[in-house]
Amino acid sequence: MSLLDVRDLSVVFQRRGERPFTAVDKVSFSVEPGQTVGLVGESGCGKSVTSLAIMGLLPRRGNKVTGEVFFDGADLLQLRPDDMRDRRGRDIGMIFQDPLSSLNPVVPIGVQVAEVLERHRGMDRKAALKEARELLDAVGIPDPTRRLKEYPHQISGGMRQRALIAIALACKPRLLIADEPTTALDVTIQAQILTLLKQLVDETGTALIMITHDLGVVAGLCDTVNVLYGGKVVERAARHELFARPRHPYTRGLLDSVPRLDAPRGERLHAIRGSVADNIPWAEGCAFAPRCDNVVDACLEGTPPLEPTATGGDLRCNNPVSEEVAVP
Amino acid sequence: MLRVIVRRLLQLVVTLIALSALIFIWLRNLPGGPVDALLGERATPETRALLTKALGYDQPILVQYAKFMQRVLTGDFGNSIRTGEPVTEVIGRAFPATIELALAAMIIAIGLGVPLGYLAARYRGRLLDNLSIAGTLLGISIPIFFLGYLLKDVFTQNIHWFPPSGRLSTGLDNTNVTGFFVLDGLLTREFDATADALWHLILPAFTLATIPLAVIVRMTRASVLDVLNEDYVRTAEAKGLRHKTIRGRHILRNALLPVVTIIGLQTGALLSGAVLTEKVYNWGGLGTLITDSISGGRDYPVLQALILLAALVFVVVNLLVDLSYAVIDPRVRVR
Repeated sequence: MSLLDVRDLSVVFQRRGERPFTAVDKVSFSVEPGQTVGLVGESGCGKSVTSLAIMGLLPRRGNKVTGEVFFDGADLLQLRPDDMRDRRGRDIGMIFQDPLSSLNPVVPIGVQVAEVLERHRGMDRKAALKEARELLDAVGIPDPTRRLKEYPHQISGGMRQRALIAIALACKPRLLIADEPTTALDVTIQAQILTLLKQLVDETGTALIMITHDLGVVAGLCDTVNVLYGGKVVERAARHELFARPRHPYTRGLLDSVPRLDAPRGERLHAIRGSVADNIPWAEGCAFAPRCDNVVDACLEGTPPLEPTATGGDLRCNNPVSEEVAVP
Repeated sequence: MLRVIVRRLLQLVVTLIALSALIFIWLRNLPGGPVDALLGERATPETRALLTKALGYDQPILVQYAKFMQRVLTGDFGNSIRTGEPVTEVIGRAFPATIELALAAMIIAIGLGVPLGYLAARYRGRLLDNLSIAGTLLGISIPIFFLGYLLKDVFTQNIHWFPPSGRLSTGLDNTNVTGFFVLDGLLTREFDATADALWHLILPAFTLATIPLAVIVRMTRASVLDVLNEDYVRTAEAKGLRHKTIRGRHILRNALLPVVTIIGLQTGALLSGAVLTEKVYNWGGLGTLITDSISGGRDYPVLQALILLAALVFVVVNLLVDLSYAVIDPRVRVR
């Protein structure tokens, strides 16, 4: 049985006086224990909303979440808020994008790590702080005893993200959701954080959902990749398969937009033309059609179905790319 | 930290000196004066000249000011022209009354304002929020003296819940220790005096609290709304923390920073509000003393000391607020 099984998850934002907006549109995917799954797509494709819906962290009002999210056999969407509160931070941990704004500026780091232990493992403050010290040490924060008393503004960006990872992993959750954990960091720190995540996931056997727009992150970390476009999964494949043979023109476009060091000097970076604003509603065809180089007539006649591919993945495309590209 | 305190105290001294000069000159340029008040309209010019000379008002104003400052430095603020008592005694009697009233008003304003503001933000756009917006607007708009007389009329004349005026019931035998009647009752174990003082305190305190209360509700609401959208609140939710922890440690601890500043600034409003409130409820405090000293023939020595005292209280409260800010917000501490 899968650890996490998301079935037909939809999130519709409904504000009074505005047209409802479908941010996530019948997304299905699953995560096996210990597996690392990528959710990839550009801004606004629904990847963060998917993760917030799984965690039950969407605002209480103004949206409608439908579908099923089975974790450990229970549908998280049907849980009472207090039961979900018991699982968050204990069974499922989450790391966010901006480590500075994700930490409380007026509470010492130690307390911010310790409070999750106090809450879920019933420790008192003293024991929790001792454990917090160990955790900070484990995520590679130097001089952890001193850091316990320091505030977020006193430590570096990389250390803040390490502290957030320590918080998310404090209760040894079986699933960790990382929402663009390296976006706000500079490149060398990004690499360190990814290495750390990989190491911790390997050591603890925690399953990981990696949300990113950066295929470089996916290449180093994920077993399976779900490519999202306009709130729908458009391609799903094992990592090596996706990089070797991207089938969806959107995936292909994303791969081509990765800058290459071995590209000839002066060659212009490839970009997918247009923007998300050009999307057509899925009901009228493929949302990507207006930006697609492979567009055919069928693309404007209703939603293309998500169909299994010969290589064990899934694909939502009428006219997929067939040529091979080298692994970047 | 210590350097900050020292610097602020020096600033305070400079402020007070400048203010004292301003008040001194301004008061003496007001029409009317103690001589008119003491002698009446029909006094002869000779008598006027005599009294003016006796009080020292015939000298150049700078000389008068220098003499005044000289005495002030030795702690002598002179004697009241109306009663002849030393100014320090007159003010010493009225000061605890006003502080007691102001403290009670602030306790009400903060105690009600912060929870109300929090709830309004939490239930934004619902009935409670709309009521709080309408209520605070009303609270800020209603003139204090009008509200004072309205409450007094309703709660002391129509329904007799509270006494109409004064700080204690007549004939109550209480021991005066500090001049704070609620505290005195507790210290001397005369609990009936404490209860009676509290009973007298409620209406005036509520009247005085309306404006700070409204401001604190609004400020807390706006501030909590800001904080609710912060990433660290989402992190706290992602940790599965209890409501209580999220509310106290993650929302309010951040949201109250700007509210603390406002509380300091509201002391100014409180001091001016006290003048009106004390008049309505016949509360023998600084407010009453100020109005009496102005209308009762420009009691220069008392007025000077009073205004300086008010300025001192305002500056000191704001200094305390700034210092407390450094305690609550670690980002301020480092700088």
